[in-house]
Amino acid sequence: MVSVMTRLDDDPSLAAELTRARALAAAVADPEIPVLTIDDLGVLRGVEREEDGTVVVTITPTYSGCPAMDAIRADVLTALKDGGFGTARVDLVLSPAWTTDWMSADGRRKLAEYGIAPPATAAEHRQGPVALTLGMRCPQCGSLDTEQLSRFGSTACKSLWRCRACAEPFDHFKSL
Amino acid sequence: MTACATLPALARYTVGLGDDALVLAQRCGEWITRAPQLEEDVALANIGLDLLGQARTLLTYAGQVEGAGRDEDDLAYLRDERDFLNVQLVELENGDFAVSMARLLVFSAYQRELYDRLHGSADETLAAIAAKAIKEVAYHRDHATEWVLRLGDGTEASHERMQSGLDTVWPYVDELFTTTGRHGTWPQPDLVSSGDAVDPEQLREPAMAYVQQVLDEATLAVPAVSWTATGGRQGIHSLPMGHLLAELQHIHRSHPGASW
Repeated sequence: MVSVMTRLDDDPSLAAELTRARALAAAVADPEIPVLTIDDLGVLRGVEREEDGTVVVTITPTYSGCPAMDAIRADVLTALKDGGFGTARVDLVLSPAWTTDWMSADGRRKLAEYGIAPPATAAEHRQGPVALTLGMRCPQCGSLDTEQLSRFGSTACKSLWRCRACAEPFDHFKSL
Repeated sequence: MTACATLPALARYTVGLGDDALVLAQRCGEWITRAPQLEEDVALANIGLDLLGQARTLLTYAGQVEGAGRDEDDLAYLRDERDFLNVQLVELENGDFAVSMARLLVFSAYQRELYDRLHGSADETLAAIAAKAIKEVAYHRDHATEWVLRLGDGTEASHERMQSGLDTVWPYVDELFTTTGRHGTWPQPDLVSSGDAVDPEQLREPAMAYVQQVLDEATLAVPAVSWTATGGRQGIHSLPMGHLLAELQHIHRSHPGASW
């Protein structure tokens, strides 16, 4: 499907409106990890405007079965409507497939502060010819003396860990 | 002739892949509250959720290809048994935990190789779905591998149960990798030659090499089989399929159009 998009440089006022629409969509929080916005997560892939004025927000799922996508779609539409963009649509795209490499540095920091060990950065998990398992740092006490309890956690994107130093369990956002 | 036999070749192929994922998702869900430990409830629920997500995108696409206005729900809830095109392996009852892990090992080894190649499909949507799913399936395969190693190379009792789980699953393995069985050919050959579909025979060697390596390390033997399942891709199913569908479909059929 090809839709006609308005070019940004055609009209400065339209460009400003589009920037405002993008900011509204970008501020929508993930329903399961509310400290992160969909922009921090890299779930927000684009905001464009069709010729008839419809704002089209493109999002991509973290996992194929992520149940948060329906809530995110509804929240984006509500945020746009509250901001005065009555005609809006949310498109879901699968390609290119989402990866934790798209999570912003700010997002990683907010995750750790929230008590979830962030995923490795692209630089960390692609470095060198040999696949290395790096130590997982406890988001509570900072110790590297941690162990994985289960590869699967409270949501599809997390695994469950325990810190041997402070004895607290914690979630880790899996690298994908 | 079943209704699915009249589907366009690409839709039939996509329905088969989607049904595999949907039916195994249902089986994974049955473990919730019954798994040997809490972490396993969570793990199998998550694996089922990944598979359900794959099923949703595949069935949605199959409906679009068919072009008759059917969506994912119509395909999942309103088809009868003979129109489901999944392999019989996924409908097999869960059995004990060892049976379920033996199945997950073989199925995820198969699916890993499948998606790895489907990622390069000439069909852009199938390629995108596969690219999305491949990393999820790698986690499923790792999970099954860990359990098969732990149980196979564990105590005498766990070894015996794990071997017996493999014995139960093994007659269903061949169907995953068979293009032409007694009841027909799947996928349609021109869909393979056009580069849209992956020939299942191509997956046999790499998937089974992986499984073999796990079984060796787990001190388990490849079972000898006296019969092999066939016909799932043509809508012929085993007894447990009817029961599974009754549970999967009855709410939707009893309350048409209801929503949360």
